[in-house]
Amino acid sequence: MKALSYLGIGVVFGITMFKSEAASWFRIYEMFRFDAFHMYGIIGAALALGILMTQWIKRKNVKSINGDYIHIEPKEKGVKRYLFGGIIFGLGWALAGACPGPMFTLLGAGFYGIGIVILGALVGTYLYGISKDKLPH
Amino acid sequence: MNWIYNPWPWYVSGPMIAFVMFLLLMTGKKFGMSSNLRTLCTLCGAGKKTAFFKFDWKSQKWNLLVAVGTIIGATIAANWLTIDDSVHISQNTIDSLTKLGFNDAGKAYVPQQLFDLTVATPKNLLFLFIGGLLVGFGARYAGGCTSGHAISGLSNLQLPSLIAVIGFFIGGLIMIYLLFPLLF
Repeated sequence: MKALSYLGIGVVFGITMFKSEAASWFRIYEMFRFDAFHMYGIIGAALALGILMTQWIKRKNVKSINGDYIHIEPKEKGVKRYLFGGIIFGLGWALAGACPGPMFTLLGAGFYGIGIVILGALVGTYLYGISKDKLPH
Repeated sequence: MNWIYNPWPWYVSGPMIAFVMFLLLMTGKKFGMSSNLRTLCTLCGAGKKTAFFKFDWKSQKWNLLVAVGTIIGATIAANWLTIDDSVHISQNTIDSLTKLGFNDAGKAYVPQQLFDLTVATPKNLLFLFIGGLLVGFGARYAGGCTSGHAISGLSNLQLPSLIAVIGFFIGGLIMIYLLFPLLF
């Protein structure tokens, strides 16, 4: 039952990612050129509602469906890892035109070139895992 | 019901994404797609040598299910909820892409010369691989991707997420303004 609900949430997400065109390489390029409002509207609207939902959960001490209080883990403090990691991520996001959510989306939509992006992303994740201790965080 | 076959406007898509995050929070989880890449590395055996991948992948099974659901959802959307999947980007964007040699800008969902394995050149496939590599590396280094930082983290008013999102844009702008003219 629980497994089905996560699968269902994913289905809603996959449909939304495809239909919103947020999984389109062209939309990402357009976003980085500030040529259209579309992507900013999507992220902005998600964020505006997201802030309201998150604040509601935190202020009202809302419980999850399991009956536990929802605890939203704060991000570790720091600058370097977020700035450097963010820049590296952004370079890849613009080149491949897909972040991790859209990677799964494009695979489902049948654009199989994304398989190469996913392979690269797995190698990249692995390279971070083995070089983590040598990087400034 | 015709609207469902057209591209969804931002004011439908954005709230839907927030709704996905909300559902995950309400089930006691969190919205973060790139964590799945780490779990997949662990499933491939990366935990044998590297501590970063040494964790019980079953604790992340729920997130893998979200990813599988995403694949299924996209299959449904692309095959049964879409008549014409061309993305109507702005004329400015089309012009700039045409100059770079992307002739299907405005007529396709993704550029054929990159994503269609039957026509993509080895050079372009290498770019895809490198792009993926940077996304994978950067997401773990920054501790999250668009869903984890730009949506979840900023929704929780986290300064680290703001720094990461600024980084996303610095990287993206460098790529399309400085590197694209050299690459394509």
